[in-house]
Amino acid sequence: MKVNKPEIVQDWLYTISPKRKLIDLNFKEIWRYRDLLFLFVKRDIITQYKQTILGPLWYFIQPLFTSVIFTLIFNNLASIPTGSGIPSFLFNLAGITSWNYFSACLTGTSDTFKANQNIFGKVYFPRVITPLSVVFSNLLKFGIQLLVFISFYIYFVFFTNQAANAIPQSALVLLPFLIIFMGLFGLGFGMILSSMTTKYRDLTFLISFGVQLLMYGSAVMYPLSYFKEKVPEYSWLVEYNPMTTIIELFRYMTLGVGAFSLNNFLYAGIISVVIFLVGLIIFNKTEKSFIDTV
Amino acid sequence: MIEHSDIILKAENISKQYRLGLVGTGTISHDLNRWWHRIRGKQDPYLKVGESNDRSTKGQSEYVWALQDINFEVKRGEVLGIIGKNGAGKSTLLKILSKVTGPTTGEIKTRGRIASLLEVGTGFHGEMTGRENIYLNGAILGMTKKEIASKIDEIIDFSGCERYIDTPVKRYSSGMTVRLAFAVAAFLEPEILVIDEVLAVGDAEFQKKAIGKMQDISRGDGRTVLFVSHNMAAVKSLCTRGVVLEHGKVVFEGNQIESVNFYLSNSKKIERRESILKPSHRQRKTSGLVELIKISSKEPIVCVRSNLNFEILIKRHKKIKGLLNLSGTICNQNEEAIGSFFTKPFEIIDDKMIINLSINNHNLTFGEYFINISLSKGSLADSNLEDLDHAYEAIGFEVLSETKDKNSIIKWNKIWGDVFFESNIEIVQ
Repeated sequence: MKVNKPEIVQDWLYTISPKRKLIDLNFKEIWRYRDLLFLFVKRDIITQYKQTILGPLWYFIQPLFTSVIFTLIFNNLASIPTGSGIPSFLFNLAGITSWNYFSACLTGTSDTFKANQNIFGKVYFPRVITPLSVVFSNLLKFGIQLLVFISFYIYFVFFTNQAANAIPQSALVLLPFLIIFMGLFGLGFGMILSSMTTKYRDLTFLISFGVQLLMYGSAVMYPLSYFKEKVPEYSWLVEYNPMTTIIELFRYMTLGVGAFSLNNFLYAGIISVVIFLVGLIIFNKTEKSFIDTV
Repeated sequence: MIEHSDIILKAENISKQYRLGLVGTGTISHDLNRWWHRIRGKQDPYLKVGESNDRSTKGQSEYVWALQDINFEVKRGEVLGIIGKNGAGKSTLLKILSKVTGPTTGEIKTRGRIASLLEVGTGFHGEMTGRENIYLNGAILGMTKKEIASKIDEIIDFSGCERYIDTPVKRYSSGMTVRLAFAVAAFLEPEILVIDEVLAVGDAEFQKKAIGKMQDISRGDGRTVLFVSHNMAAVKSLCTRGVVLEHGKVVFEGNQIESVNFYLSNSKKIERRESILKPSHRQRKTSGLVELIKISSKEPIVCVRSNLNFEILIKRHKKIKGLLNLSGTICNQNEEAIGSFFTKPFEIIDDKMIINLSINNHNLTFGEYFINISLSKGSLADSNLEDLDHAYEAIGFEVLSETKDKNSIIKWNKIWGDVFFESNIEIVQ
């Protein structure tokens, strides 16, 4: 008896072609590589301070010294007011702690393609894992710096009488969102920059001092209200900067400096998400062909 | 059209174009022009220009095709060897296969996950220990932590680096790094494994182990392997099929031995009829006393078990005392020595001499061969020969598979080797 066996035609698993979709983000694939994300984060953390004597202590030292310098120059020398009952040192530490996370995310992801061209040129994995890992590993550093901030906060409140007005606000519950906004903003911005620098390196020159300039325009070492009062004609530059909003909100939540408005909070959130999505689209467009142009 | 499900990978018209030269201000004008064409819905203007990729000749266009219209199919469980000269497009093809870069045109369809092992050791972090790197590298290659954890002992054992496994990789020797990296990849379980030039490093023992493991992967587990190598012996012993690339095009497709032979006979140009010796034939400095000038062959294509006849022209520059020896080694296309001959000593009497050399009733089987010839002084008996002049790859010849009377002795399979031994049996009881 002859049985006509139908031939089982298995579908193609996937196709490699030159076509590009606008958003070609395969979440299933990223999920499959989640262990890689975790291992990259682990690698970043382990290797950063290998063969140093102070090790993770450097996480503490950098913000502390910067805060001391800022306090000396901006508050003691230039006498920028930080509000009565708020120690300038604590004010600066709050600004620097939040700024550091953003800037670490930005600079860490902005050279993704260039720094990883060796490995990207050899094996395929979802490229977006690499900048994501930067954001996550910086989260740990941010956590440590936050602890430093909290310790100093406790010191000033309980062991000195300088911090009479430094009271955490109920909006503090929104802090996790603020951190997510910072991460998304830094990541999105970094992905845009990393995609733009694969072919034309001009922007790399801009990034290193651009980040510094941006810090001065993000109300890290002065309150926005004081800037508005002194230089009203340029204050919109600082005001519309989403990082200003984020840092001001951070200081409001933790120290009670400034004011909270839901609009500001939403503004920061929307801008961060938009920048992140734009970054993701550009990044995805670049990842397919960057190895030929880098 | 019904696709046969046995085909696990299919490449259709794969092409890849590259722009030569530096990225600079000239590039941005091309980019703008390309962008301008694209927003008007027109084709990329630079896709039309471009020449085939010959590394050694100077071209007119700034654009080259590293790959042009590559088509091939790979069946499940097959080990496909991809061979070709430097710059033939092998690595570009593997890069497209492993999704590192996209093709300019064409499509690759696959029914399995592809994992690549390209120049091992990338992704290793020197500051991390061997064990940490196994996890990291495994994850980069697409394994989950659980998968790696279940195989870690096997991986460490296979790598043979057990003692150093908790030492940072930067302290490893290069061979150890390769061992570790190959071990990780060998325990990957993708349906298709892409391997590029890994066996070049590592000692003999490890190369053997690696080849054995690759055979297990393909034969035992029925997985598909794409293998790029310049090591023809490895290609021959490992692959079941071969593709030869030249200037970005597929020029030959067939079984592994035919492919290797095709590649070797195409890559080497050894004169067959008359070879006037040039400095490129010499590997060492010669004495300058005598010189091999010209070697010619009376019959460049011969039958099995016939005679090989050559005419050698020698020039004497200085008077030499004593007798000279003419010797030679016959090699196959893989540059493996098959055997040697030594003629009886002779005296050089004139400034110019013509010598007729004949090798009688050879037992070489079909294929292409070449001879390295040496002229030396001294005693053959205690093999104390002083090389006066030599000619490497002096002259080539081809052996046909038939005898003079057009009868094939036996349908020879090259796996059996290059020499046919005559044998006899005598039934005693």
